[in-house]
Amino acid sequence: MILSGKTWKFGDNINTDLILPGRAQWFTEEEQMACVFEANRPGWIHEIAPGDIIVGGQNFGMGSSRPAARSLRNLKLACLVADSINGLFFRNCVNWGFRALECPGVSAAFEEGDLAAISFDDFTVRNQRTGKTLQAAPVPPSLLATMEAGGVIPLLEKEGLIEEAV
Amino acid sequence: MPGMTAIEKILARNAGVDRMRPGDLAVVRVGCAVLYDNNLIPSNWRRLTKVFDPDRIVVVFDHRVPAKDVITATAHQTGRDFVRQFGIKRFHDVGPNQGICHVLVADHGYAIPGEVLVCGDSHTCSAGVFNCAARGTGSPDMLYAAAKGETWFRVGGTVRYELEGELQDDVSTKDVFLHIADTYGDHATMNVEYGGPALATLSINARRTLSTMSAELSAEFATFEPDDVMLDYVRERNPGLEFEPQYPDADASYADVRTVDLYAIEPQVALPDSVLNNSKPVGAVAGTRIDQAFIGSCANGTLDDLAVAAKVLKGRRVADSVRLIVTPGSQNIYRDALRAGHIETLMDAGAVVTNSTCGACGGGNLGILAPGETCITASTRNFKGRMGSAEARIYMASPATVAASAVEGAIADPREVLARTPGGAAS
Ligand code: SF4
Repeated sequence: MILSGKTWKFGDNINTDLILPGRAQWFTEEEQMACVFEANRPGWIHEIAPGDIIVGGQNFGMGSSRPAARSLRNLKLACLVADSINGLFFRNCVNWGFRALECPGVSAAFEEGDLAAISFDDFTVRNQRTGKTLQAAPVPPSLLATMEAGGVIPLLEKEGLIEEAV
Repeated sequence: MPGMTAIEKILARNAGVDRMRPGDLAVVRVGCAVLYDNNLIPSNWRRLTKVFDPDRIVVVFDHRVPAKDVITATAHQTGRDFVRQFGIKRFHDVGPNQGICHVLVADHGYAIPGEVLVCGDSHTCSAGVFNCAARGTGSPDMLYAAAKGETWFRVGGTVRYELEGELQDDVSTKDVFLHIADTYGDHATMNVEYGGPALATLSINARRTLSTMSAELSAEFATFEPDDVMLDYVRERNPGLEFEPQYPDADASYADVRTVDLYAIEPQVALPDSVLNNSKPVGAVAGTRIDQAFIGSCANGTLDDLAVAAKVLKGRRVADSVRLIVTPGSQNIYRDALRAGHIETLMDAGAVVTNSTCGACGGGNLGILAPGETCITASTRNFKGRMGSAEARIYMASPATVAASAVEGAIADPREVLARTPGGAAS
């Protein structure tokens, strides 16, 4: 699977309170989407288009376990590629079904607005403007399958371990 | 082949394999799954049809207790239904056994050495003090773990902290943590292992401040080497239970080994927005005016923390310009502090002592900051906007430093405040 889209750049140590502020934790999924990056990038959610890609720096998503990855998925972003992704945030990407890749050097290789082509087959990240291709860290097959299936909720539903949403 | 670190051994044991190395994916059985109220809000929760073992599930309401609004109340109702549905006994509803999940896990002995504990909150590494592979996960993770009794971890390298020496008076493990975070920055994708001769000088509460705060290093796991103090603590709370603590191999392979001399550490203050590479000795920021001071959270709501605050505030007054909010880590701790006289001391000094909850720590149900305000907090996190307005400034320090600052109305060195006779001149 190859995803192509326009990139939006974020720096190092982007924390979950920025992605999804504490006051929004108990909101509905719809309401949560409206708060993404409101403190550091007000208005951003109105600039993005479905299929856009976030390029992050080191330790993207540090902080809390809140469903911040779900909000990025709900905003219809295609995926996240960062120099490194916080372990808990990566888990939440897998489990909420939002594609994420760790690719050292990616933030230096992109300027905001560059088009990226990202392969989840061989885990490469290509900057369409410069032609440069970077190798990302492979995602273990079982985790990739969960990510691509939309996270663990649909898997648990299929096994009859949770009830369907009402 | 080199040996394994403590966390590698715990993960290997629970994955049913001989070895675990950095880069591996560990699929492990879960010893204890702790669900808390954020997992139970309508947008996160799905009704389970099965749980793997009701006796290995803990349910806690802590982030917003008593319920602050209809959504919270609904989440609590969902939790009560879930507990009834599966006959879960380890349940901490609003009431006498209420408290913050990580505090309750410690105080009730739910974390077992050598086992895996997962909870939907990011400070779950707290239970690493019990030589447990404890990690914060997300809400869908918790549904998975509760249903299947299984979870996964990516295994990273381990940094070992060798603690030596003894803390000076009025310096705490919070200061040690801030020093480590300032010196070494984040530990993303890595594990942290704490050990060394100084361990014996630190209480379980003091150790737990270190393990809990390790979430702020972005560490995957924070694991303490087992010792008798810890093992006795666990046995006392789990009479007759057999368990297998995991000691690091003598030839374990570490990404780095760093020695920290506790004696050399002075009270530290983290500047607003982050604890990573962002602290100063208290003297460098002393005099900064504050509007609010907070002592509480899963890292600093223990009886020891309340005792330290009471020691600083005894016979003194909170400055008129400051709101001092103190939130015990559990209602049990609250009662113990009441019996010990700490609560009276704190309230006489002008502190507001709240019921046990996460409260001001997460900017949730109380103690919210206005734009332009400054707070000094003995809690876990000082991210921008964490405690209310994104235009508020949050400094972080130990309970002693926070209490001293509340007295002065500005950031202050607890040693200097304590050196003065209450109400008057220097002693
Ligand atoms: S006290 Fe703070 S850090 Fe601890 S669980 Fe509650 S909100 Fe999280």
